[in-house]
Amino acid sequence: IATFLGRKLQPRPQNEVEETLKRIQGQKGVQGIIIVNAEGIPIKTTLDNSSTVQYAGLIHQLVMKARSTVRDIDPQNDLTFLRVRSKKNEIMIAPDKDYFLIVIQNPSD
Amino acid sequence: LVSIQEKLPSLFTKRLQREYCCALVLYTWRHPNDILPLTLTSATQELFGCRCDEDVTGDNPYKILRKEDIVQDMRMRAAVSDFSPMKQLVLDYPEDELLLVYDRDFIYGSSFYLVLTADAKERHLKPVVALGVEVALEREPSEVFATQKTSEPQPWISLGSEQEIEEESVTDSRPRYRISRVRREFGAPIFFSDRNAMETKDGFIECTPYQDKNFSLKQMERHTGVQTIPNLKSSSTQTQWTYPRSMCTQYEPREFSEEKKENCLQSEKLKNFVNSVASRFEMAIQQNEIMDVFFDDWKALSEEDSGYGRKADPHLKEYQSFTDLHFSKEKTISNINWHPTINGVIAVAVTERLSFEDRINGSTKLLLNPSLILFWSFSDPINPQLLLECPDDVFSFEFCPSDPNIIVGGCMNGQVVLWDISTHVEQLQGTRTSDKRENETPVVRYCAVSGIENGHKAPITDIQWLPGTFEVSRMGVPMENKNGICVQIVTCAPDCCVMFWDIRAPRVLQTMADQRKQKVEEKPLENPHGVPNTFKHLDLTWKPLIRLQLVLSTTFCPQDGELVYTDWKLEKDNDSGRLFSAKPSHRFIIHDGQVNTVRRSPFFKDIILTVGGWTFAIWKEGVTNGPIIQSSCSQKKCTVGYWSQSRPAVLFIGKEDGNIDVWDLLEKTHEPSQTQNITATQITCIKPWIVSSKQHLLAVSDHLGTLMYSILPSVKYFEKEVDRLVYFEKRREMRAKEKKDYEAEELRKKTVRYSI
Repeated sequence: IATFLGRKLQPRPQNEVEETLKRIQGQKGVQGIIIVNAEGIPIKTTLDNSSTVQYAGLIHQLVMKARSTVRDIDPQNDLTFLRVRSKKNEIMIAPDKDYFLIVIQNPSD
Repeated sequence: LVSIQEKLPSLFTKRLQREYCCALVLYTWRHPNDILPLTLTSATQELFGCRCDEDVTGDNPYKILRKEDIVQDMRMRAAVSDFSPMKQLVLDYPEDELLLVYDRDFIYGSSFYLVLTADAKERHLKPVVALGVEVALEREPSEVFATQKTSEPQPWISLGSEQEIEEESVTDSRPRYRISRVRREFGAPIFFSDRNAMETKDGFIECTPYQDKNFSLKQMERHTGVQTIPNLKSSSTQTQWTYPRSMCTQYEPREFSEEKKENCLQSEKLKNFVNSVASRFEMAIQQNEIMDVFFDDWKALSEEDSGYGRKADPHLKEYQSFTDLHFSKEKTISNINWHPTINGVIAVAVTERLSFEDRINGSTKLLLNPSLILFWSFSDPINPQLLLECPDDVFSFEFCPSDPNIIVGGCMNGQVVLWDISTHVEQLQGTRTSDKRENETPVVRYCAVSGIENGHKAPITDIQWLPGTFEVSRMGVPMENKNGICVQIVTCAPDCCVMFWDIRAPRVLQTMADQRKQKVEEKPLENPHGVPNTFKHLDLTWKPLIRLQLVLSTTFCPQDGELVYTDWKLEKDNDSGRLFSAKPSHRFIIHDGQVNTVRRSPFFKDIILTVGGWTFAIWKEGVTNGPIIQSSCSQKKCTVGYWSQSRPAVLFIGKEDGNIDVWDLLEKTHEPSQTQNITATQITCIKPWIVSSKQHLLAVSDHLGTLMYSILPSVKYFEKEVDRLVYFEKRREMRAKEKKDYEAEELRKKTVRYSI
C-alpha cells in the first residue's frame, strides 16, 4: 500500500514545475524557456534543439562572467537576475547554485 | 648666628669681649669645634649664677661651671635641662670645670656658649692681646660683624690640603719584614739552586688569561648604507620546437540523456529553484508588457510628424514610357503635346540629336530621313499610332484649340507647317476595327507649308495659336474674332522675328485697306499624297500676316538670357510708310543661359514663369523692376519648366541630369519640395495634363527620345490644408491639456514638498 501511494504521489512535483513553466510561457511575448544545469547542459526547453544548445552554451558563459563580476566587486553580493535587452527581444536569466532558467521574450508584441 | 650670640657668656671684660667678638667675626659663618653655643633659660641662669647682665656681663662674660653641677642638673631636670643636648660632651670633658661664656652680641647665635676643650678654656681665659690690634686693622669694613680686633693665632684647622702632601710623601705602608739567620751562618757562602715552580704546590701563582666578558662588546648598532638592485637571476631554458600542423576538431554539445533529464526535472532542488525564481520572471515579463522602456519616443515622434504633409507627395510614379526603336532611335524629342480631346494620346516631335556642324555635314542623310511627329497611345507603348511627316525637324507644334485635327508646327528651317489628321481620328480614338490591324503606322503628310522665303530665317522655337476669341489685324490691333475659331498663329524664332500668320484664305484679308498688303495668293494644288486640301490655299505661298522685327539682336526667348517685353503694335513710319514695330519697352537680363521657357500661369494671367540657365524666375506683368521670385542657382542647368495645371503654386522644372524638381512655392521657396530622377539624360519637355479631376498626368520626354508619363499624385491642395489645420487643432488641444496636467503635477509636487 505504501508503494502504491508513493507511486501515486510521485508525479506531483513534476507537475508543479510544469505548471510554473506553463504559466511563464503563457505570458505575452514569451518565445521560449530553457532550464540549464550548472554546467550548461540543457535540461528542459521549449525551443528546438539547436537553438537550445546554442543559448545554453553562450548564456552559461555570460552568467559566469556576470556573476564573477558582481562577486569581485563585493564578495558578499551575488547575481540574482540578468536581463539582456536587444533590438529584437529580451533574454532574462535567473541563476542559481545548481541551475539557471532562461526566458526569451519579445517585449514589443 | 643668633644662637651663637646668645651663648656668648658675659663674664669677660669689655676689652676681652671686643677681642672675642673680633675672633667671632672671623668665625661668623660657623662656630669653631671646641665651643658650643647654647641657650640658657632664666631658671638655669639663676641656678648657675650666670644671669645675663648681672652675674655675667659684657665685660666679664666668663663663668666657670662645675662639671658635677651640670651633671646633677641634667639628672634632675632630664630633658628639660638646657644642657641635655650636650650631655655627652659634658661628660667627656676631661676637667672638672667648664667655661661658660656669655655671648652678649650673639656672635655664635646664642646668648651663651660653652667651651668644650681645656685648651680652648685656657685660650679664652688668657687671651692673646698682641695680635688683636693688627688683625682688626686688616679686616674689611663691609663685614656684618665689623669689629676692630687683632687676631690671635688660632689652631690650624685642617681643610684637607695635607692629604695631598701625605700622598706624595713616602711612608711605610706595611711593617717591615725582619729576616734573621743564626750567627754561625754569617758570612758563609750562599748556594742558590733552582726549583721548578711546578714541583711544589703553590710554587707559582699563575695569572691565566681569560676572556673577560666585560671587554667583548657586541656591536649593537652600525651605521651602514644599503642599495637596492633588482633581483637578477640568470637562468636558461631549452624550448621545444613545435611546428604547426593542420588538425581539426569536431565537437558536439554535451547533452543529457532522457532519463537524466527526467531525474533532474523531478528533483526537489529543481522544484525549489523554479518556485523561487518564477516570481522574478513574472515581474520582468509584466514590466515588458506594460511598457517598452527602450522605445525611443523622440524618434517615433518625428516620424509621425513627417507623415503629415512635409513630403506627403509620393514620388511620381512612372506609368508608361514610349520609345520607338525605328523612328525615335538616336533622336531626341523636342516637344510634347497632349491631344486635347482624345484621352491617352500624346504627340511628340522627334528631331535629330545633332549639332549644327553635324547637320551641315550630314545634310544629305537628313534629307533621306524625314522628320516626324509621332502620336503615341497609352494602349500601345511600342508602336506609334500616327506619324506626321514634316519637311524638316519640328521644334514646336501645337494642336489647334478649336479644332484638334489641325496641327501647326514650326520647322527648323523657318517654315510653318499645317497638318490635318481628320481622317485618322478614329484610329487615334482607338475605335479601330479588328480587320484593320496594321503593322505599319500610317503617315500623314503636311497639307500646307509656308514659303521658305516668307518664313523665319531661323528655326522656329515657339508657335502658338491665338485664342479663338480675337484676332489681330494687319496693323497689330487686336480685334474680335467673329468666327469663334482659331485662325491666327504666332511664331517666333532666334532671328528676332515674331510673325503672325493667318490661316484663312486671303480673300478675307483683301478687304482691309493697307498701304502694303501682304497678299497670300491662292494656288490650287494637286493632291498627290492624299493630303487633304484644307489649306491648299496657303500651301507654299503662305505668308505671315505681320512681321515684327525686334530691334535687338534677341527676341523673347534670347540666346543669352535676355528677356524682352514688348508691344507688338506696328507703327507707321510717316516718312517711308513702312511699318515697323515699336521699341521694346523692357528688357531684363536675369538668366545666365538661354531662356528656354516662357509661360503664363494657368491660374494667374499676369504671372509668367521663365526658365533659363541655372535658375527660373517668376514675373508679374506690370512690375517692371524685375522678377518677383527668382530661384537660387541649382546644380544643374534647368532645361524646361512648366506650371502645374492643378495647383497654382506648383511648377515643374526639368534639369539636364534628368531630374524633375517639383517646386511648391507655398511650401518652400528656397529649394524644390521634391526632386525625382526620371531619366538619365536631359529632360527636354514637360507637359502636365489633367485627364480628369482625379487623374493628373505628367508627360516627360528626354534627350534620348523616350517619352514617359506618370501620374501625379492627386493631392488636392485645399483638402490637404484642411487636414493639416484639423491636425494642428488637435495637436494644440493635446498640448494644452498636457500643459495643464503638467502644471497640476508641479503644483501638487510643490505642496507636497512644502508640507514636508
